[in-house]
Amino acid sequence: MKQTIHEYLAEFEDIPGTRVYTAQRGRKGYWLNQFCMSLMTPENRERFKADERTYLDEWAMTEAQKQTVLDRDYNAALDEGGNIYFLAKIFSTDGLSFLQAVGTMTGMTPEDYQAMMIAGGRSPEGLRSIKDGN
Amino acid sequence: MARITAAIASSHVPAIGAAIDNGKTEEAYWKPLFEGYEWTKQWLKEEKPDVVILVYNDHASAFSMDMIPTFAIGCAEEYQSADEGWGPRPVPPVVGEPDLAWHIAQSCILDEFDLTIINKMDVDHGLTVPMSLMFGQPDAWPVKVVPIAVNVVQYPPPTGNRCWMLGEAIARAVESFPEDLNVQIWGTGGMSHQLQGPRAGLINQDFDNAYLDDLTENPQRLREMPHIEYLREAGSEGIEMVMWLIMRGALGDNVKPLHRHYHVPGSNTAVGHLVLKPE
Repeated sequence: MKQTIHEYLAEFEDIPGTRVYTAQRGRKGYWLNQFCMSLMTPENRERFKADERTYLDEWAMTEAQKQTVLDRDYNAALDEGGNIYFLAKIFSTDGLSFLQAVGTMTGMTPEDYQAMMIAGGRSPEGLRSIKDGN
Repeated sequence: MARITAAIASSHVPAIGAAIDNGKTEEAYWKPLFEGYEWTKQWLKEEKPDVVILVYNDHASAFSMDMIPTFAIGCAEEYQSADEGWGPRPVPPVVGEPDLAWHIAQSCILDEFDLTIINKMDVDHGLTVPMSLMFGQPDAWPVKVVPIAVNVVQYPPPTGNRCWMLGEAIARAVESFPEDLNVQIWGTGGMSHQLQGPRAGLINQDFDNAYLDDLTENPQRLREMPHIEYLREAGSEGIEMVMWLIMRGALGDNVKPLHRHYHVPGSNTAVGHLVLKPE
């Protein structure tokens, strides 16, 4: 039998260490993500870098969302509805690569994260399902 | 008549573009990755496709949270490289093929695939990195491009079966285009990678290699694969592989693999590459 949308969405909450970008997250993060899009011009990047707080205050974001940006706390930004491809505009503005920025979400040092990737990456073993522990 | 003569699958990691743009392809970290594309670069010089239908996903560059088309087709004369936050990649403009693109759009809509028509957009690394991998750094790209942009960012993305069927519809559309064109279809993105959360860095070589095998040996398994399986096995951004099924669906029942390459890592990502010929 075909899954309902409720069953489809419920499964996404069963993946360890992962926030799937569902409609719920997309709605919550709308302004956070739209702010990120604004960093796609050099003029806006300069203005943001010159005074981050003032720039953020121009957007209809929650205080919690603004704080995740100021802190460059990308896990918290995901919880506030951010999506990584939008958030990438922030770390690109900072001059960081995906490799450097993504590693910050893992609790590992940049060196350890880079070494793990060169050694073949993180194994999915034990990280497929919270419920099944596999 | 236009005909789809071959297909290419490839990852489209942004750092690969940066490595090419900054002259790092000979460095020890990058060399093995790029070597796996040498065969294809030579083969393309002999094949001389006129047009590439390039299936990719936009990474919040042309499409913000304001508009999210599930399937969109570029019908423009030309596309510029997007500024993704570090300035546009220094690559030539991508030249479109509006006659064929509009023909595909119209044909697919009447064939019950309601593509969104795009007349103006910038294209990001999802499209330009595969171009650089296959053609290097020319002054002008040697092919025209029909971009097919697929939403794999906002859930739910299209199902594998739907992607496959769109590929079939695109093939029918190409076959009914009167001009004599050598057309390739490329599926891009993947393979296993996760760019977010504590599980970031996930790579699943067994999953990826089985996927590469089954594009030839058991495509029905891939066609039926649910999104949750990509997410669990190949990481949250591994879902991009679903786009390869548009390419595969356009090739018919049987294909012959001409070239295969797999390398870990390209930045955070498992890089996979396949050249297929319809039989």
